[in-house]
Amino acid sequence: MKYSWLEVFKAGLSGQKQWPAAWPEVSPKAAYDVIIVGGGGHGLATAYYLARDFPGTRVAVLEKGWIGGGNTGRNTTIVRSNYLWDEATNLYEHSMKLWEGLSNDLNFNVMFSQRGVYNLGHTLQDMRDIERRVNANMLNGVDAEIVSVAELKERIPILETGKHVRYPVMGASCQPRGGVARHDAVAWGFARAAAKQGVDIIQNCEVQAMDIEGGRMKGLQTSRGYIKADRVGCVTAGHSSVLAGMAGFRLPVTSHPLQAFVSEPMKPVLHTVVMSNAVHGYVSQSDKGDLVIGAGLDPYSGYSQRGSPHIIDHCASAIIELFPIFSRVRLNRQWGGIVDVCPDACPIISPIPQVQGLYFNCGWGTGGFKATPGSGNVFAHTIGQDKPHPLAAPFHINRFVTGALIDEHGAAAVAH
Amino acid sequence: MFLIHCPYCGELRDEQEYRCAGEAFIQRPGLDCTDEQWGDYVFNRTNPKGRVVEQWAHSAGCRKLFVVERNNVTNEIYAVRTFESYKEQA
Amino acid sequence: MKRLYRQANERIDRSKEIEFSWQGAHYNGYAGDTLASALLANGVKLVGRSFKYGRQRGIMAAGVEEPNALVILEPDTGYHVPNARATEVEIYPELVAKAASGIPSLNEDLRAWLKPFHRFMGAGFYYKTFMSPASLWPKYEEQLRKLAGFATAPSQPDAETYDHYNQQVDVAVVGGGAAGLAAALAAANAGASVLLIDERSQLGGELVVDMGRDPAALEWFKQTRAALEAHPQVKILVRTTAYALHDFNLLLALERRQDHLTIGARNPKQSRQRLHRIRANKVILATGSHERPLMFANNDLPGVMLASAVSRYQHEYSVLCGSKPVVVGNNDSIYDVARDLVKAGTRPTVVDCRLGYDASDLTKIGVIVKQGYTIVKAEGRDQVEQALIAKTAYNETHGWVVGNATETLTCDLIACSGGFSPLVHLDCHTGSKPWFSREYQAFLPACDKADRYVAGSVNGHSDWQGAAAEGEYVGLLAAGQAANPAAAPKLLKVADFICPDLGRDKVFLDMQNDVKASDIELAILENYRSIEHIKRYTALGFGTDQGKTGNVNGIAVAAKVMNLPIEEVGTTTFRPMYTPVTMGVLAGSEVGIHSDAQRFTPMQASHLAKGAEFEVVGQWMRPWYFPQGSEDMHQAVARECLAVRNSLGIMDASTLGKIDIQGPDAREFLARVYTNNWAKLAPGKCRYGLMCDENGMIIDDGVTACISDTHFLMTTTTGGAARIYTHLETWLQTEWPDLNVYLTSVTDHWSTTGVVGPKARRLMEKLCKDVDFSAANFPFMDWREATVCGIPARIMRISFSGELSYEINVQANYGRFLWDSVMEAGKEFNITPYGTETMHVLRAEKGYVIVGQDTDGSITPYDANMAWAVALNKPYPFLGQRALTRSDTARAGRKQLVGLLTDDPNKVLNEGCQLVAETGSKAMIGHVTSSYFSPVLGRSIALAVVKGGLDLIGTKIYAKPLSYEVIPVTIADSVFYDQGKEKMDGEV
Repeated sequence: MKYSWLEVFKAGLSGQKQWPAAWPEVSPKAAYDVIIVGGGGHGLATAYYLARDFPGTRVAVLEKGWIGGGNTGRNTTIVRSNYLWDEATNLYEHSMKLWEGLSNDLNFNVMFSQRGVYNLGHTLQDMRDIERRVNANMLNGVDAEIVSVAELKERIPILETGKHVRYPVMGASCQPRGGVARHDAVAWGFARAAAKQGVDIIQNCEVQAMDIEGGRMKGLQTSRGYIKADRVGCVTAGHSSVLAGMAGFRLPVTSHPLQAFVSEPMKPVLHTVVMSNAVHGYVSQSDKGDLVIGAGLDPYSGYSQRGSPHIIDHCASAIIELFPIFSRVRLNRQWGGIVDVCPDACPIISPIPQVQGLYFNCGWGTGGFKATPGSGNVFAHTIGQDKPHPLAAPFHINRFVTGALIDEHGAAAVAH
Repeated sequence: MFLIHCPYCGELRDEQEYRCAGEAFIQRPGLDCTDEQWGDYVFNRTNPKGRVVEQWAHSAGCRKLFVVERNNVTNEIYAVRTFESYKEQA
Repeated sequence: MKRLYRQANERIDRSKEIEFSWQGAHYNGYAGDTLASALLANGVKLVGRSFKYGRQRGIMAAGVEEPNALVILEPDTGYHVPNARATEVEIYPELVAKAASGIPSLNEDLRAWLKPFHRFMGAGFYYKTFMSPASLWPKYEEQLRKLAGFATAPSQPDAETYDHYNQQVDVAVVGGGAAGLAAALAAANAGASVLLIDERSQLGGELVVDMGRDPAALEWFKQTRAALEAHPQVKILVRTTAYALHDFNLLLALERRQDHLTIGARNPKQSRQRLHRIRANKVILATGSHERPLMFANNDLPGVMLASAVSRYQHEYSVLCGSKPVVVGNNDSIYDVARDLVKAGTRPTVVDCRLGYDASDLTKIGVIVKQGYTIVKAEGRDQVEQALIAKTAYNETHGWVVGNATETLTCDLIACSGGFSPLVHLDCHTGSKPWFSREYQAFLPACDKADRYVAGSVNGHSDWQGAAAEGEYVGLLAAGQAANPAAAPKLLKVADFICPDLGRDKVFLDMQNDVKASDIELAILENYRSIEHIKRYTALGFGTDQGKTGNVNGIAVAAKVMNLPIEEVGTTTFRPMYTPVTMGVLAGSEVGIHSDAQRFTPMQASHLAKGAEFEVVGQWMRPWYFPQGSEDMHQAVARECLAVRNSLGIMDASTLGKIDIQGPDAREFLARVYTNNWAKLAPGKCRYGLMCDENGMIIDDGVTACISDTHFLMTTTTGGAARIYTHLETWLQTEWPDLNVYLTSVTDHWSTTGVVGPKARRLMEKLCKDVDFSAANFPFMDWREATVCGIPARIMRISFSGELSYEINVQANYGRFLWDSVMEAGKEFNITPYGTETMHVLRAEKGYVIVGQDTDGSITPYDANMAWAVALNKPYPFLGQRALTRSDTARAGRKQLVGLLTDDPNKVLNEGCQLVAETGSKAMIGHVTSSYFSPVLGRSIALAVVKGGLDLIGTKIYAKPLSYEVIPVTIADSVFYDQGKEKMDGEV
């Protein structure tokens, strides 16, 4: 069924009884051409593009819990492509372009809302970095602008732009096409579209071991039995090292708790996304009216999906510094995800040299949501053609051997 | 959130006094290693789920580093030990 | 007013009448009233509008579980509180409150006018529509956003303050009901220090209702409370919500210290709210339970209330919620509520789905008791007017089977009970999963973590005596005393959930988000079967009440639709916060200028007196430039630069990181952490060092002085000080414990005054008599122990400007005296204080890099054109040495640091500006890292990193700044000024 006004109208008349399953509940088959491990946004997107662009490929997605239940359902949904290095910009901008047509492509409204993303600068070095990044973005064909304090005040009147705070705002970069999307809808939309292309989406199916023979992928032992496949793509974010461990190698990632929280819903007063790396906080207001706020990483490694409260306290302090009127707003709920952080803050989208037929897509750290369609798209092509998609090539795992890192940490060091 | 017993200060202190310094007992290869070995040493981590053996520093206290064995799912701490104690054991 | 005669345990003070404003009208209540009890006493039924359908809503509960009565307090003032629940607001004189919902107003909500369209607005309908044409989605979204949210956001900065309070106790008890009171007293009597926390304004919890019914309960409460209040080991916090429980028993609690006071009576010197961080050796959760409503059509009409809330309003506030009540439920508790209502002078009708309860005491006095019936629908225009009831039958396979409505009961109140949900929240915050009790039809706490206990109705106790006994038992255990186990909980027998017929009627589960039973069915129909998917697809439990009344009913409906046992459906995750927490209290006093520490050098007062502008560098506030008169930055910097080049400048360099390195292996240690050689540096000498990480990239630089063979003083960049200290300690303690070296951070111990310029020697000779400053006897990169202005000092002849320069290091507390003395003595040389901006220009003129500005974590020493600082044949290879030979790190064509000269000498490039090889190209070959107008050269200069730049000296390339105005530049050597180093020795 194609979702449309007409169907919604008909359903209303029939008491909402005629809707089909968004994706069917299926049991695993004995064998697939490609198995995607991990039913988050990236994994489902990979499956969708694989099935769409490589017709005839039998694809399954294995999810140990419920789809979209990992970082896809826990992030602050910011989408932007204003990265510093060409390699990263090209990848994220590819994703941005897919976002722009995604609802129609999937026939599922993912509520991609291009309300603009502002990255604030608080020091002279921040402003140098902003200049460098915005300049690079423009040359790379990505929309970007530098916004003065006066202009910021006009566009975001509730932002504190005065001098009498600890880290006064000195300016910002803005990507007008950046924004937010409805995270759950992204997972569901890809799942539904993938299922329509014949992908089996199998929930409550945990991979327990990998069957690798003579350096070639043979199949997976799962909680729902053995499944044969000679190509396996792992897209398991925080748990990537666990999967790599099953295949007998190590990844350059460390898993960390990352916390976020939402306020009670209020009438919208913040119509854009505001990020500040310097004071460790980012905030937007959802279409439901709650402030969605993300904090910095918890500094220790872990898989506990909960972090330490002082990180949240520090983030609240940052948000109030930027928006003093939010001091009396009440926070409703906090949560944590497990993010897999790469040393250069860039992902790994790569065949695994040690195992023929094994591919990993991981290391997205704190910012993977924005890349969901692009990541799935280039990973699907990397698996489908058994060679890195040109946009994925720089993100080969081999860069940690050659030293060709893509250091998006950029000028993080404050010196002199 | 943790409370960690500093083996040098002899006190149970809040996590905020400490800094997690990553996996412990990583072997550093010499200059004659291959690029692969060097990359493995600098970047690759076991990053296990469950029991981890890590270095922590009492950065707002005695500034000593020591080893914490803990469960990174339940946040339970099994043991806090000095590096010397491992040497004695070996 | 629907106020009853004085009830046995009423907690209002009838002698204190309070006038407050609601929706612009004035009402009266009594001290002790909540806004909810006062509104009910005034007969106010409509308090809110629902989120999706704009339906009329009334007060349903008497505590924090209230889903409907969201209000704004003190709107549009600095005291504005969005989305407070009327049930948790204590009224105070002159309180101004209004409903948080209603578009445009509470009485007329346009969403209610859209009623004919509600049938098309099933769960998740927005995922299926508003998609095409894509260009229209922003327009749709704009309209949807107008419907978003409840209360308006505050419009003013916060008029009040917050703070944090850390405490440690042996036993923390959460909840001041029977179990909590008994636990606290038992633990204290057993010798433990005890903190007792309760969210309401007075202790009592659910016991308050029992106190109204049972004189023994009232007596027990009074005695126990008195004992606790008198106990030296007990601290009681009321108006305090324990909202999160973290690992290692870190309990977070929010205390509302002044919210109950008239604004004028609040003490501005006291915090409004306080965050308690409680470290408890043992935690006792006596958090109680919340009642669930029944599921029936129109169960959201004003006048449908939780049965226990009706009793609570009666006993605590002497408020009668209705004069013609129907009490309906699936458990015995409804009969007690009916008895309360009889005592209040009404004649309730009792409807019980079950058979067999002996209600003869009620029937004897004429109360109609309909057993084997349940309610199927409430009807009424603006509030409950009648209840439709139907016969029930139970069978093991299908559960309750409810017939068609057979009878209509006229009423103005439906008090319903669908059972109770224990408040397992805190127990679950650290990952525990609750278990489902069939008998009690509820999720009970696992309590499987160390040093934690549960007691009372959270554990299923239905009687206060049983709760108190269990409380006493766990109190003793928590205090480390042996105790006889308490009796197993006397579980209230709660009948199975009565799931509604999923027809057209609106049966609400989540009142706040308008989630209906049919929405759950729809979600499952579409294969959103995980309870997490159901929650997210329908928004069940997404509200400010986090589904306290609705979630378990929703789970029951899902279980029925999927034909699964409830325990297999499970709950969603309970996460902090238990109830909403003010953002300000998390920040505490760390707001505004206090949001991070500010570090100043000892000379700060002198800088302020000179009118310095400051630059933020890490936590430091460094003088940026010193404007005189009406000078702007460029004028000031030009003056400062020329003063240094031509005469004398003075610069505060105290912020540089300083690490004292001592021990027999100190020299070897330096050789390992720096890329260059340290073997031959003699005492009295200094050397510049470059530091890399194991990835071979520059992470820091600075000058290190050799004090003696076993003693060195290292300087680091200002922003890098802490990081580098940590880096060094880590290597020393983990990889090189065999090196006998000790590190001490001495950044704050020394202050550093730089005296810079051709006349520096003449000034130093004035100030210091025990050192020979001649170039021959005190050469560049030497240091001397000396007495300056009578103060012991270390003078280093090092330079970041190319000029003759002495850095005078003295004990920090002499810093300002020395600075002022130097300023005074330098007057004859026109000594000019300068800040970081001038420092940057001077060093850029000399091509000196700033780590973190000219390098960015991707630059090797070779990239920075500093091969001279790399020693590859040290006995122990330096950190990062191996990385430099990797294929990508060693390849040709990497970005390298070079100078740039604009063709137009007056054109100053923007720092960060990207560079291209051809005018029309968009392929970036590098970027500008530093760029200034050099006053001494009379032209602009810049440093940049350019691909293969060192081989391209003299090549013309193009800067493409944001304006797209192409600026031709020529790649040049990075030393722009005094290439011959003629200025280094100053005026002889």
